[in-house]
Amino acid sequence: MIVSVASGKGGTGKTLIATSLAISLGKDVQLLDCDVEEPDAHIFLKPEIKRSETASIPVPQVDESKCTYCRKCVEACAFHAIAVLADHILVFPELCHGCGACSYLCPENAISEVDRPIGVVETGIAGDIDFVHGKLNIGEAMAPPLIRAVKKKLDRSKTVIIDVPPGTSCPVVESIEGSDYCLLVTEPTPFGLNDLVLAVEVVRKLGIPFGVIINRAGFGDTKTEEYCACENIPILLSIPLDTEIAKLYSRGITLVQGMPEWRPKFQQIYDDIVNHMRIKT
Amino acid sequence: MKELVVLSGKGGTGKTTIVGSFAALAKDKVLTDCDVDAADLHLLLQTETVLTNEFWGGKTVYIDRKRCTKCGLCTDVCRYSAISNDYEVDPISCEGCGFCFNVCPADAIEIKENMAGHWFVSNTKYGLLVHAKLGIAQENSGKLVATVRQNARALAKEKNIDLIISDGPPGIGCPVISSLSGANLALLVTEPTLSGIHDLERVIGTCQHFGVPAVVCINKYDINEENSRVIEGNCKRLGAEVISKIPFDNVVTEALVHGVPVIEYSDGKVSKQIAKLWIQTEKTL
Repeated sequence: MIVSVASGKGGTGKTLIATSLAISLGKDVQLLDCDVEEPDAHIFLKPEIKRSETASIPVPQVDESKCTYCRKCVEACAFHAIAVLADHILVFPELCHGCGACSYLCPENAISEVDRPIGVVETGIAGDIDFVHGKLNIGEAMAPPLIRAVKKKLDRSKTVIIDVPPGTSCPVVESIEGSDYCLLVTEPTPFGLNDLVLAVEVVRKLGIPFGVIINRAGFGDTKTEEYCACENIPILLSIPLDTEIAKLYSRGITLVQGMPEWRPKFQQIYDDIVNHMRIKT
Repeated sequence: MKELVVLSGKGGTGKTTIVGSFAALAKDKVLTDCDVDAADLHLLLQTETVLTNEFWGGKTVYIDRKRCTKCGLCTDVCRYSAISNDYEVDPISCEGCGFCFNVCPADAIEIKENMAGHWFVSNTKYGLLVHAKLGIAQENSGKLVATVRQNARALAKEKNIDLIISDGPPGIGCPVISSLSGANLALLVTEPTLSGIHDLERVIGTCQHFGVPAVVCINKYDINEENSRVIEGNCKRLGAEVISKIPFDNVVTEALVHGVPVIEYSDGKVSKQIAKLWIQTEKTL
């Protein structure tokens, strides 16, 4: 089973939920932190990192002694990552998506591919949890290829929890695609609701069953509950606004470790998901 | 013309709360919302949209089943696993590179540009706002951000306005880089949590990488004053000055629920600090 934890709006508590859920499930759990721009799950789980691998995109390298400046590569590149100026060829590696069309189509075999590092994938152990995260290099624009590299580590024999980046665009889709269930974390404010509605559109488009978790409940308005009732979306958990919880979070302590009474509630979420999947099949 | 962009690395630290109040405090400016995935600024500004434009960005391929000879070349060359073994294109996985289009021997593949969202110009109580909505699960958020900024600059020029204030997206990747490049100043809003500390260092690094000066505001600084001191120390080391510390107050949420900038809702301690922050930011600009 793969459960991803997402939200449209940032800072609603995805990492809080993902880490507490992973710990509450005990054994045979893997956590993938796919928020490669700002990965934070390691702050809470404190894994011992066992391996670090560089993730790269294959980018063209042109052998100018073979190049006839025919421009076939320029015409093939949808991302304007290669240009010919009179008798000189220029590659812009940071624009390249690594599709490989230029090297394949070059009639002179003048283009080979070299790896351009974009970040690292680190794997380790946090108690009983298998831990994987990606860290995008500073100044690097392209998160999705690194997210794909993190997801290559996915171990289907375990219960997999995916911590997803905020938003609704390609990094989010890359992270949640293939999940069996998606938990959408929100807060009961107009911003939270606006972005929840967008996140719901994403998971519906991907055809992934989902439920909502309301964090910092009781301090905003009740429109989120009304929306969920109206759309027939289950609310699996409400976590109240509580300065104790906020303080634990600020110190990098997971909710279920700081307040063990929450552990059964997270186990219940998982049971609810399993039940939902059973009814569905 | 000066451009200020508000970023944070970590989401939910209070970027939009601060930009909403800056909208009320700054005199002549054009506002932009560069968080095109999950735009929220318009919820505080009582907007009336005056211009809606389609945003075309990115491509997807289509296979003409009548022409397709099922040779398999397209599925072989695609590195994004976007074409299934029975020649269905998954538009979500398709990167729009056109490799398949270029190699298809039967001319069965068409490549079409996507309508990937909309961008808008709206009148607000506080001046013009350029904002956008990326289509659900679309790519090219960076390109849409660039479109928003370009149009904001054009509008500012046309109206003789010297200031653009942009509400940025979370993270440090494509849309952040697009929001940041060429700006005169980045205001980084953080919170005193270990996640906030970690993420701030990465966004400061991103600003430095692109040569944009950065100043820092610690929001809700009093929820963990020890962490706030750590942030001040880190910022000193990294050369980004902490110019403001805003206390935690539920009034921020109350204002949000009422759909107004906090500075218009209350004259309490948060509003006073934001007003000071604006003066300091304007001076730095």
